[in-house]
Amino acid sequence: MLKRVHFKSSWLPYALVAPQILITLVFFMWPAGQSIYQSFLIEDAFGLTTEFVWFENYEYLLTDSLYFDTVYRTLFFSLTVAFFSLSIALLLAGFTDRIVRGAMFYRTMLIWPYAVAPVIAGALWVFMFDPTLGILAWLLDGFGWNWNHKLNGGEAMALVIGAATWKQISYNFLFLIAAMQSIPRSLIEAAALDGAGPFHRFWTIIFPLIMPTGFFLLVVNIVYAFFETFGIIHVVTGGGPAKATEILVYKAYSDGFIGLDLGGSAAQSTILMVGVILITIIQFRYVERQMEYV
Amino acid sequence: MIENRPLGAFFSHAVITTGLLIIAFPVWITFVAATHDSVRVSQVPFPLIPGDQFFVNLKAMFSSPEESIGGIPVGMMMLNSLIMALMIASGKIVISLLSAFAIVYFQFRFRMFFFWMIFVTLMLPVEVRILPTFEVVADLGMLNSYWGLTIPLIASATATFMFRQTFLAVPDELLEAARIDGAGPMRFFFDILLPISRTSIAALFVILFIFGWNQYLWPLLITTDKSMYTVVMGIKSLLETAEGDPAWHIIMMTALMAMLPPVVVVLAMQNLFVKGLTETDK
Repeated sequence: MLKRVHFKSSWLPYALVAPQILITLVFFMWPAGQSIYQSFLIEDAFGLTTEFVWFENYEYLLTDSLYFDTVYRTLFFSLTVAFFSLSIALLLAGFTDRIVRGAMFYRTMLIWPYAVAPVIAGALWVFMFDPTLGILAWLLDGFGWNWNHKLNGGEAMALVIGAATWKQISYNFLFLIAAMQSIPRSLIEAAALDGAGPFHRFWTIIFPLIMPTGFFLLVVNIVYAFFETFGIIHVVTGGGPAKATEILVYKAYSDGFIGLDLGGSAAQSTILMVGVILITIIQFRYVERQMEYV
Repeated sequence: MIENRPLGAFFSHAVITTGLLIIAFPVWITFVAATHDSVRVSQVPFPLIPGDQFFVNLKAMFSSPEESIGGIPVGMMMLNSLIMALMIASGKIVISLLSAFAIVYFQFRFRMFFFWMIFVTLMLPVEVRILPTFEVVADLGMLNSYWGLTIPLIASATATFMFRQTFLAVPDELLEAARIDGAGPMRFFFDILLPISRTSIAALFVILFIFGWNQYLWPLLITTDKSMYTVVMGIKSLLETAEGDPAWHIIMMTALMAMLPPVVVVLAMQNLFVKGLTETDK
């Protein structure tokens, strides 16, 4: 942690950490504290008086079936995005790993969606599925499917899942292909000599050995779907129709900034914060265990 | 290769190529939309072959304000995005380098306390503290400014950790040698640590530039003045104002412009990008 040989200085180290610590205090600690404090307050409709109500906001949330609908919806959304983006990335990485020539070219062609902003990804997908002129909506129409994500909640959910998955495949692909290429070739050659075919080798050697990376990616993907997909949902559906695509972060945002229910929004933020802390702990405990594998 | 199976190799190439094409399809459609005029774009079925209006649309997007977002030329928004991305990336790198240097090379009171404080920022993504952070920025009078857009985002636990790892791998002998030659801490930092960490800095810069360019929620809250809009959030206002008669050819051209810089950065600096991504996230 600390270098065996190090400097001793009375003021310099404090000056060096000062910018980071100052920003952390002003823009992280203080707002987080405020958020917790506000979650104990109820403001009247005109913002004139505030009342300290202890856990009333939480009680209200935790007895509200609409809030739990949002929780289940968020879980469904995150797990679906994680499942599809991991499976597709695994498929592509598995085949790329088998290729001798051109693997670098394929990697190049697969990583760029990572750089596309979630909102832009949303805009592209909304355009393809636009009910009046989108090309895919038109194609579906040819099959007798009258696609309209502005009215149909299930279709709206499918659309945001599609856009969120599309953007995440490259990230998963990069980590999976790196994990696969770090497997010693001799292991795979030995299995091939014993007569194991490509699919057999994949499931009995490659797949178990990339499980640690897979678990790490699962956590990262869930966090991504929870927080970073805000832009996609904001531009594609705005949480609608009839809240069919409203996930937790979106609800905290719209209750606070649009519904002006400050206490309720702060309580939701605090619950989310607890969630992030739990996920981070899981991730770090796991990363330590992964170190032992290597 | 382990065995020679032409059919298997062909099958692998076929699967990956299909995957590539499906993944590239949304961007192809965007490009095609940007090459047609408004009449052709609003006809069904949508064309799959590019038209010849690309440069006409490009010119329209950059010049005529009435066709772009609420009268803000796209060039202005791209400049804002660029300034924001560069400020976030360099700000994060500078403050993380300094704090990692302090934590690794100095013995001082509250060292571990500061370290954990930086660590905790990992657990507080902007999405869970939107309202109060917005209030702080408003109280400091930083709304509609580049400072308000960037400073609240530049604390970085991941960058600090990454530099900490880099510094811990630097041999102690270098510091001993520097001290014998009479170098003070800052001299050591600038003349030895910085040059050694060059690759890490570059790799991190690629990741952070993309992170900064793609910011959405934060600029959406902080900028109400149209001259401060960034191009990524501009897409949303374009889609909103165009509710009745969407100028899809201009919208899609703007989307292309919004994704071009980060995609070019990733492709041009692919190896640095991969290095940065795998080292910061693990």
